[in-house]
Amino acid sequence: MTDQALTPSPGPVAQLAAARGETWLDKLGYVGRLLWRDKGGLLGLLLFLALVISALFAEQLAPHDPVLQNLRNAKQPPAWQAGGNWEYPLGTDNLGRDLLSRIIYGSRVSLTVGFFGVLIAGGLGLIFGLVAGYRGGRTDSITSTIVGVVLALPYLLFVVFIAGVFGRSLVNVILIFGLTDAPIFVRVARGEVLRIKSSGYVESAISIGAKPARIIFEHILPNLIGPLLTVASFEMSAMIFYEAGLSFLGLSVPPSVPSWGNMLEAGRSYLRTLPWIATFPGLAIMLASLGMNLLGDWLRDVLDPRLRRSRR
Amino acid sequence: MQRHILNSLFQAALVLVGVLVLVFFMVRATGDPATLMLAREASPEQVAAFREKMGFNRPLPVQFVDFVRRAVVGDFGDSLHYRQPAIELILERMPYSVYLATVALIMAVLIAVPLGLLGGSLPGSPVDWIGRLIGLAGQTVPPFWLALLMILFFAVELRWFPTSGSERWNSVIMPAFVLSLGTMGRLVRLTRSAVLEIMGEDYIRTARSKGLQPRVIFFKHALRNAAIPLISVTTVQFGYMLGGAVIVETVFAWPGLGTLTAESIGRRDFPLVQGVAVFTSVVVVALTLLADVFYAVVDPRIRYD
Repeated sequence: MTDQALTPSPGPVAQLAAARGETWLDKLGYVGRLLWRDKGGLLGLLLFLALVISALFAEQLAPHDPVLQNLRNAKQPPAWQAGGNWEYPLGTDNLGRDLLSRIIYGSRVSLTVGFFGVLIAGGLGLIFGLVAGYRGGRTDSITSTIVGVVLALPYLLFVVFIAGVFGRSLVNVILIFGLTDAPIFVRVARGEVLRIKSSGYVESAISIGAKPARIIFEHILPNLIGPLLTVASFEMSAMIFYEAGLSFLGLSVPPSVPSWGNMLEAGRSYLRTLPWIATFPGLAIMLASLGMNLLGDWLRDVLDPRLRRSRR
Repeated sequence: MQRHILNSLFQAALVLVGVLVLVFFMVRATGDPATLMLAREASPEQVAAFREKMGFNRPLPVQFVDFVRRAVVGDFGDSLHYRQPAIELILERMPYSVYLATVALIMAVLIAVPLGLLGGSLPGSPVDWIGRLIGLAGQTVPPFWLALLMILFFAVELRWFPTSGSERWNSVIMPAFVLSLGTMGRLVRLTRSAVLEIMGEDYIRTARSKGLQPRVIFFKHALRNAAIPLISVTTVQFGYMLGGAVIVETVFAWPGLGTLTAESIGRRDFPLVQGVAVFTSVVVVALTLLADVFYAVVDPRIRYD
């Protein structure tokens, strides 16, 4: 990880602009070079791709059925430990289910929660932040009060009510995260809109008589994508994190679904005797969120060199 | 500055009203609060009696005024499980949470700030790498998992610390460390970037060019300015640690507000959940307000906003 934020070079954006007008292959090559230069970003992208591939091709990749119980093979340690075998590379749990297969299938839950949760939160954040920042005045103060309320209330309260009333399901987990995480996107979007609005090019666009729709779609929106994308990658990692926490409290997806959080929670009772059951899903969560964080750091540097790495 | 403080106060009050409205309507929008709050096996007569007792059959505005009037004096109703006022239970558990959060905060600040300061003034050095690693770990290591691994290693294998509870003097160390990691990471990154930013400012260059000692520049110019955002973020983080330690407290069986929340969720003890939610929101809002006011007092640039 080289610290690009420190060196005031022409910056990747200027180079990206120079790359415009060339073929997509050139652009791809350029992005590839950027990634190569920042090894952290490359690692992040690889981890993220691994997560996506494992979620998309779980059926093909998993060596066993993730929910098939087989008590004869229960409690097997990982292959490299005494008593383990390569039939079950990461071992089996107390019910004889293959841990590797469960982790591969579990990536589906994590990725779905992260992706759709961020989509909802980001969508809401974009709309409210855009309106609040653009209109200003009373709209802005009402929005910031709502944001303050949602941020002040413990998100667990939302979880309890939504899960308590509508039951445990994937859709509800996504809804909870989408709603409780929206304020972060609202804040970022609003701040960016305010900054963009007062910038010279928007002022000159207004002065030559550009209509609001044109200013929003031509000038503000394209400049919002970068910061929001960066926040999205951090928030996605946070959601994968929180899903595990909710599983632990028994408020996430039903225990029958192989999710990393559920696996961790199940492994907790066997911590002393079968420590690998809890170790591997935790490792999976860590690698997934590490990937998204590194990717986020890289996106921030590439899309917006003004923002420092450690802004959040 | 007075205007800024008044404004912050007004905003905080508004947020609190919003919190009350939201909690009130969430309980009621989810259907019949009586069935929500009672055990699933309650008979229809019990439900009716409970509804009568809690006043759920009155018009909504009347209920709301009553709810707010009670909430202001800290009356959130009786816990269904413990059969005593929710606020009593909350205040009983509160000292444990304050203790845990304080230790966690001290750990976070003591480790994060020096690392951030050193890392920021010597970017790329080994110290900087350690700091950035902690910054990353704070965002990527699941607390729940870290807690389990620490119990396994430090409590079961090495027997340095008790696995859970709060009785022994060193019981607090592991839960506090796990709780502090997120804040620690955030503080390292914040300190580091604040120092990096300040070291590039014009006044630092001026100080250098007039021949001030690097030590003086660092402590008098850089540190004091880096401290402002740091203190304000730390204040807000403390609020979140206080109310947000549900998982850490539960794993370590620490008898604070977090375990109380988790227990009452598990028991569907809604008056208690509601009480804890409003209570922690008040704490978070109050600390945010404090940070805001502090900012205005310390940083003269804020006053004209």
